Amino acid sequence: MTTYRNNAAAIRALVRADAVHRDVYLSQELFELEMEQLWRNTWIYVGHDSQVAEVGDFYTTDVARQPVILLRDNDGQVRVLMNRCAHKGTRLLSATAGRCEAGVLRCPYHGWTYRLDGSLRAIPLKGGYDGTAMSASPAGKGLIALANVVNYRGFVFARLAPHGIGFEDYFGESLTSIDNMVDRAPEGRLEVAGGVLRFMHDCNWKMFVENLNDTMHPMVAHQSAAGTAKKLWVDQPPEAPKPMAIEQFLPFVNGYEFFDQMGVRVYDNGHSYSGVSFSIHSNYSAVGDYESLMEKTYGAERARAILGEVRHNTVYYPSLTIKGAIQAIRVARPIAADRTLIESWTFRLVGAPARLLQRTVMYSRLINSPASIVGHDDRHCYRSIQEGLAAEGNEWVSLHRNYSPAEREHLAGVYNGTSEVSMRGQFRAWAQFMTAGMTDGEAS
Amino acid sequence: MSVSAVDASVLASFVYEEARLLDEKRYDEWYELFTDDAFYWMPLTRGQLDGENYTSLLYEDKLLLRIRIERLKSPYAFSQQQPSFSQHVLQAPRVESASADGRSWVMRTPFLYIESQLDTQLLLAGVTRLHLAQLDGRLRIRLKKVELVNCDAALPQIQLFP
Repeated sequence: MTTYRNNAAAIRALVRADAVHRDVYLSQELFELEMEQLWRNTWIYVGHDSQVAEVGDFYTTDVARQPVILLRDNDGQVRVLMNRCAHKGTRLLSATAGRCEAGVLRCPYHGWTYRLDGSLRAIPLKGGYDGTAMSASPAGKGLIALANVVNYRGFVFARLAPHGIGFEDYFGESLTSIDNMVDRAPEGRLEVAGGVLRFMHDCNWKMFVENLNDTMHPMVAHQSAAGTAKKLWVDQPPEAPKPMAIEQFLPFVNGYEFFDQMGVRVYDNGHSYSGVSFSIHSNYSAVGDYESLMEKTYGAERARAILGEVRHNTVYYPSLTIKGAIQAIRVARPIAADRTLIESWTFRLVGAPARLLQRTVMYSRLINSPASIVGHDDRHCYRSIQEGLAAEGNEWVSLHRNYSPAEREHLAGVYNGTSEVSMRGQFRAWAQFMTAGMTDGEAS
Repeated sequence: MSVSAVDASVLASFVYEEARLLDEKRYDEWYELFTDDAFYWMPLTRGQLDGENYTSLLYEDKLLLRIRIERLKSPYAFSQQQPSFSQHVLQAPRVESASADGRSWVMRTPFLYIESQLDTQLLLAGVTRLHLAQLDGRLRIRLKKVELVNCDAALPQIQLFP
C-alpha cells in the first residue's frame, strides 16, 4: 500500500484528468492529510455573522476538526479564535452558542480569563508565575486568533494556514452566488433562521460535495421520492394550485434534457454552480408582495435581474454549498474517511415576507433532514460507493462524462449541465491544495 | 361509542394499536387513523412551537405522509432494498388533557424506538403526544408529535416512523 505522507507525487498520481483513484475516498491516511493540507490551505466556511449579532455573542464549531469560536468583538468585528485555553488546553466554551458574560471568556478549569480579542486578561494567583518563563511562552500569549478571516457579506471564512492563496483569488467570480443570495433580501442582508439540521453521513465528505452539481442522479436516485409525488399529483387538473411540497419535489424527476440545458459554470479552485440558464427552483410560485418590495429597493430592472438569477447549487470548495435562490446552505464537516456531518442552515431575507422563510424551511426539511426520503436515497448511494469501492479489479472512479482535453489548458467556463466537469475541477483543486506545502520527496 | 364510554383504557389501547400498526408495517391502515388535516411532527428543538417558520426533523401533512408510504412500496426506494424494521416500546400512556366536551384528548406516552436495517440498529427515546378526537364514532389522530430526547443531535438516517 502506498504511503502518501511526504509524497506529493503519489498524491498527484491519484488524480487523472478524467478519473480519480479510489483511495481519495477510502484512505484514512489521505483523510488526515486532507485535514492537514487541503482544509488548511483553502478558505473554509466558519459561520454567518448574524449568529453573533451582538458584542460578546459566540458560536462554537470546528474547522478541519479543530475547535473554534466565532465571536463578535468590542469593535464590532467578527473574530475566529481557537477554542483552547492557553494554559492546559481546555476547550473554553462548550455551549454551541451564547454570550460571553461581562465581555470575558473564562476557562471552566482554572479560571484564566480572556478578552474578546483573545488576549489574556487575568490569572488567579498570578504571582505563582513570577520568575517563570510562562508569560514569554505560548501560554502567556492568550488565545490563538486566526489571522486569515474574511467576512464576505455575512459569510465568515477562515484559512488556517498562515500563508497561502488570498480570499478573492481563491473564490473569484464564484462569490456572485453569495451576492445573489444576499441581494434577494429587500434590506440587503440575511439572518440565520429556522434552526440547523444535523445529518450524520457514513461516507466520505467528497461524495456529498460532488453530488451537489451531479445532475445525472436526481431522476434515478430520487425516482421513488419525487416520482411518487409526481404520480400522486398527476390526476390533478393543470390549474389546480400546487402545494408547496409538490412544487419542490416535482422538478427532481425532470428529464435529462432539463438538467443538461440547465448548464454548469465552473471556476478555478474547485468552485462551480449548476443552474446557469434556469434550475429546479425557477418555477416556484410568487410570494405575496415580495417582488414589489424588491423593486422598491433596487428598481424594476435590477430587481428583475436579481430574481432572474436562479442558480441551483453553488459549491464553495471544499466546505460550503449554497442555494442562493431559496436561501439554504449545507456545510460539510468531515470527521473520518467514511464519516461526515452535514449541517443544513436556512436564512431569512431581511425585509421579505415570512412565507419565503417557510419555503426554505420546508425545502430543507424535505431534502436535508435525517428523516428526508430524498436524503435517504442520496445517503444510500454515497454509502454504496463507500462499500463498492472495496472491490478489486478497478481502482478508478470514472469522471469522463463530456471530458475534453481543452479543459486541461483552461477549465473555467460554462458547460452543459450533465457534464462531470465540476467534479474534475474539484479534484484538480484537491491535488493542488493537498500538495501546496509539500515537496516531491520520496515517501518517508 | 358514546362519549362516556371513551375512558382512559380505550384511549390507551388506541395508542398501543397505533404503534403496533407501524411496527407491523401496516402503513395504509395507520394512515387512516389520521384526520384529513392531521400532522405528524418530529420537532428539531425542545419546546418548539412552530413547524412552519422553524425546521423540523419531520412535519408532514397527509399528502406528505401518503408520499412517504407509497415510496416504501416502490421497487426504486433504493435505501429500502435492504428493508428496515421498527419496534416501539411504550411506557403506559396517560391522558394529559381532555376537552370540556369530552370528545378530544392529548395522550402522553414516553417511548423507546428501535429501527434496524440488517447489521445497523438505531435507538431513539422520547415522548409522543397523540392529539385524539372522536369523530363519527371513532377515534382519530389530529396531531402526532414525537419529541426526541436528542432532537438536536447529529442523527443518522431515520427511515421509518418513530
